[in-house]
Amino acid sequence: MDQQRSIPISRRAVLAGGTALATGALASPAIVRAQPAPVKVGLIHPVTGFVAYNGQQSRLGATMAIDDVNKAGGVKAMGGAKLEALLGDSQSKVEVGVSEVEKMHEQGVAAYIGCFQSPVGIAASQAAAKYNTPFLIDVGASDLLVTRGLKNVFRLKPGFGVCVDQGMAALDTLNKGANNVAKSAVIVHESGEFGTGTAKLLSGKLPSIGIQVKEVISHDNPTRNFDNIALRIRSVAPDLVMMSNYQNEYVLLARTLFQQKVNLAGFYSFLGGGFNYKFVKEMPDVSQYMMDTNHWFNPKSEKAQALKKRVEATKVLFTYELYLSYSVVMLLADALEHAGSADNEKLLAALSASTFKAELMPYGPTRFVNGQNQGGRAMTLQSLKGDIEVIAPAEFASAKAVFPRPKFT
Amino acid sequence: MLDPGILFAGVLNGLLAGGIYVLVAVGLTLIYGVLHIINFAHGSLLMLAMYAVFFLWRLSGLDPYAALPIVIGAAFVFGYLLYRLVIGRLSHGRDENILLITLGVSIVVDNVALLLFGGDTQTVTTPYASAFVRLGDAFLPLPKIISFVAALLVCAVLGVFLARSDTGKAIRAVARERQGARLVGIDVDNIFALSYGIGIACLGAAACLLMPTYYVTPSSGHAFVLVAFTIVVLGGMGSFAGAAIGGLIIGVVESLGGLLLGEQLGQIGISAIFILILLLKPSGLFGARQ
Repeated sequence: MDQQRSIPISRRAVLAGGTALATGALASPAIVRAQPAPVKVGLIHPVTGFVAYNGQQSRLGATMAIDDVNKAGGVKAMGGAKLEALLGDSQSKVEVGVSEVEKMHEQGVAAYIGCFQSPVGIAASQAAAKYNTPFLIDVGASDLLVTRGLKNVFRLKPGFGVCVDQGMAALDTLNKGANNVAKSAVIVHESGEFGTGTAKLLSGKLPSIGIQVKEVISHDNPTRNFDNIALRIRSVAPDLVMMSNYQNEYVLLARTLFQQKVNLAGFYSFLGGGFNYKFVKEMPDVSQYMMDTNHWFNPKSEKAQALKKRVEATKVLFTYELYLSYSVVMLLADALEHAGSADNEKLLAALSASTFKAELMPYGPTRFVNGQNQGGRAMTLQSLKGDIEVIAPAEFASAKAVFPRPKFT
Repeated sequence: MLDPGILFAGVLNGLLAGGIYVLVAVGLTLIYGVLHIINFAHGSLLMLAMYAVFFLWRLSGLDPYAALPIVIGAAFVFGYLLYRLVIGRLSHGRDENILLITLGVSIVVDNVALLLFGGDTQTVTTPYASAFVRLGDAFLPLPKIISFVAALLVCAVLGVFLARSDTGKAIRAVARERQGARLVGIDVDNIFALSYGIGIACLGAAACLLMPTYYVTPSSGHAFVLVAFTIVVLGGMGSFAGAAIGGLIIGVVESLGGLLLGEQLGQIGISAIFILILLLKPSGLFGARQ
């Protein structure tokens, strides 16, 4: 038998409730229109610590892209869902990067982007694999990032294996064009995963283009003084010095070699941490004729040029961290459009099948194999008269390379 | 076996690098050695002074060497006030509190610097940055020679100041017997603040002499802290001659270690010296027995 119970409601209570409902509806139309939930994107970068600058540049690029996606109406396939940045600081420490992954997982993150340093990226993406959450590497050179069989890891840019191959081909062409003036090299690298891995690849591959490796010198981060290394280089007298290090050490090493007047046919770096507009403008003498194979925007892309102007108008340098992170957010937004959902499985499937065109970069359509984009490519650059010119590949070249460099008198 | 010419150049490079270490260690010698304050903020305050040099150069074109009196004066005032307003006040004169407070100051200063200046590498470009003197196989950068000479001068001036001036004598009295000094009318708190200020002023000098050849980022001061502590222990607590000799020894050991063992393994020499001196002569080369 149904029992009905009457609840006495006063006239005053009905009026108060009605007013509250009406006010709430007017003040929060979103509730009425059922705004889709935002898609949380975890940004994990080293914004403090010894590579803080690089991390800050990445964070800036990613947050600019998130703003741009939101201003353009959010993820349309998800009813205009906005992207929401969860900001994490790895502090250049592996364990902190992992703890940021865990923290963001608790906050319901849909995908992670990070981490600049390869060791942090390796550990953090491994932690994200436990939850089957996509992890997009924006900057991180090690090929180990994408060779562990993890289904949740994607890298848009080429790793150092490809960069070394492409840089080596450019160097070979350059050297042959100069009657094989370079016959020997000394490799100077930072002692972490990035520098050590690159140096190992270089040591193995340089002999194949007729360049003998005379010495491999590793150094710590930070290094207070490069005088000794300059001295060793002068005593070994190589034709080339090949560098792989982060910004501070890159600048200090270049400056020391210049101050000590070390005569070489060329300075050639791979993913040179300090090879940027600031370096060549502030130290035109030191940087003049230095070469680098690195990530570089497509100089012929109108979108890249427009973003460059926008960034430089705020007195910020248009560095590779910035536009790589920007591009990776756009890759994620594109995948969300195709998936129509932030569900892990659907998003992973959309990323795996992605044919995204990174408009800022000189890349072809994206094609991921084991999480590594096959369309990524690096550029070879040279500092000439206080500016950075592309010298290879030929289709993007803005200047002819100067090689060998003029000797110090 | 390395060529003797290269070894000679390595020794000279080491001496010049040691000159810079001496500059950083001299302030620490005063603060750590004389007043027994373990100043964990030393690297961070060095970094602040380096930014001061950088911004003076960037905004007014002032050469780092010309900025010496300004930066030294400002660093002294900053150090004095830091002690008076923060370190002295919060520590209540207890050594263990000072240790934690200077560590806290270091963290705050590093992060404020990061917030205000960003993490970018900043350098000063001077017309003489590339000038050098050639001695055999050694190419000695002129700014480093200047730093070397200046480091020894600063040590000498500080040594004379402590030996001859009334304030210097008061500092030494406080260092030796704090209670006794108080009983004879010395304002111990003021001497602590003055000494801390002088120590930080030394960092100001170091910053001016470093910037023509080095860079500054919010974390760059830390590169010199461990080596500075090693020098203070090696030379003997509170000994300026010890800091000078110790700094030069460390510079040469680091340089020759790098040449003979490789740049990374060569750093082991500094740790080896530190352990040896603790084992064989804990008071340091020029330190007085307690």
